[in-house]
Amino acid sequence: MSAITRDEVAHLARLSRLALTGDELDHYATQLDAIIEAVAKVAEVAAEDVPPSSHALPLTNVFRADEVRQSLTPELALAGAPAVEDDRFRVPRILGEEA
Amino acid sequence: MTMVYDEALDAFEPVLGLETHVELGTRSKMFCGCKTTFGAPPNTQVCPTCLALPGALPTANTMAIESTIRIGLALNCSIAEWCRFARKNYFYPDMPKNYQISQYDEPLCFDGYVDVEVDGRTVRIEIERVHLEEDTGKSTHVGGATGRIHGADYSIVDYNRAGIPLVEIVTKPIPGTDRLAPEVARAYVTELREIMRSLGVSDVRMEEGSLRCDVNVSLMPRGASEWGTRTETKNVNSLRSVERAVRSEIERQAGVLADGGKIVQETRHFHEDTGTTTSGRSKEEAQDYRYFPEPDLVPIAPDPAWVAELKAALPELPSVRRKRLQAEWGLSDLDMQAMHNADAFDLVEATVAAGAPPADARKWWMGELARRANETGTPLADLPITPADIARVTELVASGALNDKLAREVLEGVLAGEGTPDEVVEKRGLQIVNDEGELSAIIDQVLADNADAADKVRSGKIAAAGALVGGVMRASKGKADAARARQLILEKLGVSG
Repeated sequence: MSAITRDEVAHLARLSRLALTGDELDHYATQLDAIIEAVAKVAEVAAEDVPPSSHALPLTNVFRADEVRQSLTPELALAGAPAVEDDRFRVPRILGEEA
Repeated sequence: MTMVYDEALDAFEPVLGLETHVELGTRSKMFCGCKTTFGAPPNTQVCPTCLALPGALPTANTMAIESTIRIGLALNCSIAEWCRFARKNYFYPDMPKNYQISQYDEPLCFDGYVDVEVDGRTVRIEIERVHLEEDTGKSTHVGGATGRIHGADYSIVDYNRAGIPLVEIVTKPIPGTDRLAPEVARAYVTELREIMRSLGVSDVRMEEGSLRCDVNVSLMPRGASEWGTRTETKNVNSLRSVERAVRSEIERQAGVLADGGKIVQETRHFHEDTGTTTSGRSKEEAQDYRYFPEPDLVPIAPDPAWVAELKAALPELPSVRRKRLQAEWGLSDLDMQAMHNADAFDLVEATVAAGAPPADARKWWMGELARRANETGTPLADLPITPADIARVTELVASGALNDKLAREVLEGVLAGEGTPDEVVEKRGLQIVNDEGELSAIIDQVLADNADAADKVRSGKIAAAGALVGGVMRASKGKADAARARQLILEKLGVSG
């Protein structure tokens, strides 16, 4: 039984840099609760003889050789950026909330 | 207020922890084929994968996996039979994906150790884990008063570095170093740097950020059994700074504790100019990173036969090599320490390999050349002179073609870019005067000019010959063989030395 609290949603929102209203916190707490309950059903059917799995394919060691391949041009790399300065991606202030 | 170091250590015992990041020297990035060249123009070594464009998928670089396993083996670690990459989720623009591919509870290498020598004592540093991850992009903070992250108006990001393979080496907590804590920390990072160099997996240049260190320090009152709260000082970027950061953090924490305060678990920043740390962001809890297995990369299961092969092919490790060289060269611990500090092992070894006797090789590198390196602030290895040059000079001295004074002039000429030792000898006319006739003529002139001294020698005051030898050396501009000159002077004056 999970019961996600409002505080937990607020914490998650802060980590995800989302500004949520009080109503939204309640709203998502209910939704997240439902999601976690649904996922928890998997645990009910997982028996001792079923190992936990993180990947759909039974593969290991898929590697590439250490070879250089063509990169994008800076023009192309920056083409989709909302803001550019000195051939760099310009982003809003970092850590504003903690300064 | 901060406490003086010695007083801090009277009251408290430090516990250290070190996290070291090593950028691997692979040709291409960890998960894509972009180049890894340092200092390239911004955003010229980026592609859809390392920019996290939709649909791009990572594939692990086999050389990075191999290098990480070799590092683990060199640090006496066990190698995981099976492990996975993990996503470390955080919202910060140094990674365009909003997560970093790292490893969490399944590192590639774990439970190792490395021994370091400090002050004649061997300290065993236990390694908790060695894992593989990707480096982040480089942010430049613009605006605000300081150009630092706090108070900046905005930031600009270059992703050339994002995705370069990065190995993180984490120690277990290191208690019991007591007053030597700063020196132990430095010795450990120095040893790691040498191990990485001997493995050839990284160029480990701290000034270029390919070796970076985070220093954890906590204090507990003397006699206590429970460790205190630790702080993590980030990105300490020189060996000297490692030592200073530990010392400064001990002094600061002792001051806070002595005033009845509490240490806050936080990230701190080290400042080169003042040698002190200031508070950074408060540290996020591991669970805040919401790690989960990386779905885009399949697990790694190193073949034990491959690991055994890599282990068998490890090069001689620096500590073993130092012991061997010390025995071969017959050097004292003090000499070895001096050579270690001057980073002279490779140079002296190469000089010996080029034919010089070990004592001579060491004499030149640790004497004349170390002095020159100090004066000019250049690392010894960057002086414009090669081990082969030094070997040739020692050969010329041994054959009697040069004396020590002339040899120093030859080195000076080589350092000044005048060519090989032989070319400098030729151009500057530095051969010892071996022509007996020429030497004899010089001596006759000196005897004639110094009749008083010559008489004294004739009458048995052999000590007066010194002045005459000096005269010959002056007259020959230092090119005479002093021992032969003395012999000839005594013969000419009818006395036996």
